[in-house]
Amino acid sequence: MADLQKLYDAVLNGDQKAAIAVTEQALAEGITPLDLITNYMVPAMDEVGRRFECEDYFVPELLLSARAMKGSLTLIRPLLTASGIEPAGRVAIGTVKGDLHDIGKNLVASMLEGGGFEVIDLGADVPPEKFIDAIQNKGVRVVALSALLTVTMPSMRKTIDALKEAGVRDQVKVMVGGAPVTQQFAEEIGADGYSDNANAAVALARKLVAEGAPA
Amino acid sequence: MSRLAAWLANGPLITDGAWGTQLQTLGLPLGVVPDTWNLEHPEHVESVARAYVEAGSQVILTNTFRANRITLADSGLAGLVEPLNRAGVSISRRAAGSKALVFASMGPTGKMLLTDDLDPALVTSAFAEQASVLAANGADALLLETFSDLEEARLALAGARQAGLPVVVSFAFDSGRNLDRTMMGATPETVARELEAAGADAVGANCGAGIERFAPVCQRLKAACSLPIWIKANAGLPEVKAGSVVYTTSAAFFAGHYPALLAAGASFLGGCCGTNPDFIRALVATRSTPCASN
Repeated sequence: MADLQKLYDAVLNGDQKAAIAVTEQALAEGITPLDLITNYMVPAMDEVGRRFECEDYFVPELLLSARAMKGSLTLIRPLLTASGIEPAGRVAIGTVKGDLHDIGKNLVASMLEGGGFEVIDLGADVPPEKFIDAIQNKGVRVVALSALLTVTMPSMRKTIDALKEAGVRDQVKVMVGGAPVTQQFAEEIGADGYSDNANAAVALARKLVAEGAPA
Repeated sequence: MSRLAAWLANGPLITDGAWGTQLQTLGLPLGVVPDTWNLEHPEHVESVARAYVEAGSQVILTNTFRANRITLADSGLAGLVEPLNRAGVSISRRAAGSKALVFASMGPTGKMLLTDDLDPALVTSAFAEQASVLAANGADALLLETFSDLEEARLALAGARQAGLPVVVSFAFDSGRNLDRTMMGATPETVARELEAAGADAVGANCGAGIERFAPVCQRLKAACSLPIWIKANAGLPEVKAGSVVYTTSAAFFAGHYPALLAAGASFLGGCCGTNPDFIRALVATRSTPCASN
């Protein structure tokens, strides 16, 4: 019998190998994907988030846990798809035009993947057209914009304005983040949400997807 | 006496302020690697360096923050390591004359070891390569700045030290509730101890938070090692005013923290993002008015 507590521990401790091993064994024994996710993996990620908030965990631990989640989800995803359960949502993420930094963006992308999202990473220095293309052609529900430089913050506004001009703004939720970005700035430029860290970005994306779901 | 100790024999030194934002005011477009201006617009780069020397900076940096092979490769510029660094040091040397020391700036790779985006051996060789060009062209010392990963800093330091110049290593403390941790969670104590053990000649903090946050970090770095402390603080957090992004911290407010930072043990003091020559002038004025804090 698979010891499912070990799956919880593997995610909490960021042990991708163990996460994959337990998941394989559990699935072979006929334990349902939803049981694994709901009762072990999600609670483990919740605990990771709690420890991050308490400053017991920092970015390295977050990343390792997200990678353990992703390893396990890679095995689980095909089974979910087969039984008609969709991923948490599809997110297009990128650092805005003029800004070459991508560490923060990569962190958020990893956390979103660990949180069950399908992530389309558009890279750094991304022109608005690429975000528009992702919305029009790739079924993106959320657009996540990153900026590290004060001087590229206006690019976030321009990107959102470009989405409006292209007539696709209403099809997605836009979330923003990055060192100089604030809640006040997010509201000013008409973003739907702001997160000041990679952990909270996952909860924010879930909330935005729920808000954006067709009634 | 070490070279750093000799330079500090007459007391703490005032360094310079931000370069990137100054170059932008001179027309550097967004998305262009600032270091390329060492070749494209050396006159603009030199005017930034000169403005700091004229403001009273005793140490100025170089416009070479991104000029390591790994970072340049991202923009297809890996072939320019030598010319960009050579020009960068030459420009600052010309501006410094005999009035200021030139500490050559070396930023992190912008990639993460933890996600396997980066081969550790390549980090050391990339910084060794950059450091050797900077040293060969007349830098007085090297500055590894705005690092957030201790492991990457150790690898970079191992490379930079091969050039034989003093090496300062400075971290951004921008995480945790009190903004006293690196992004990777390291405390000032850990950073100071580990870097001293790895052979750094000075350690410090730059970027990250506004200057009001720096005194406690400075004090903790100082208490945890026997090295001189390097401090370059931001001009606070930017705010949005009438649609544009501005730093609201004034030069006077910034300089008002000078006595506290000296008391906390800072040996080098200057500004990071959002600061300009006015901030350096204000620091110099504060220094020459010993009672300013009373």
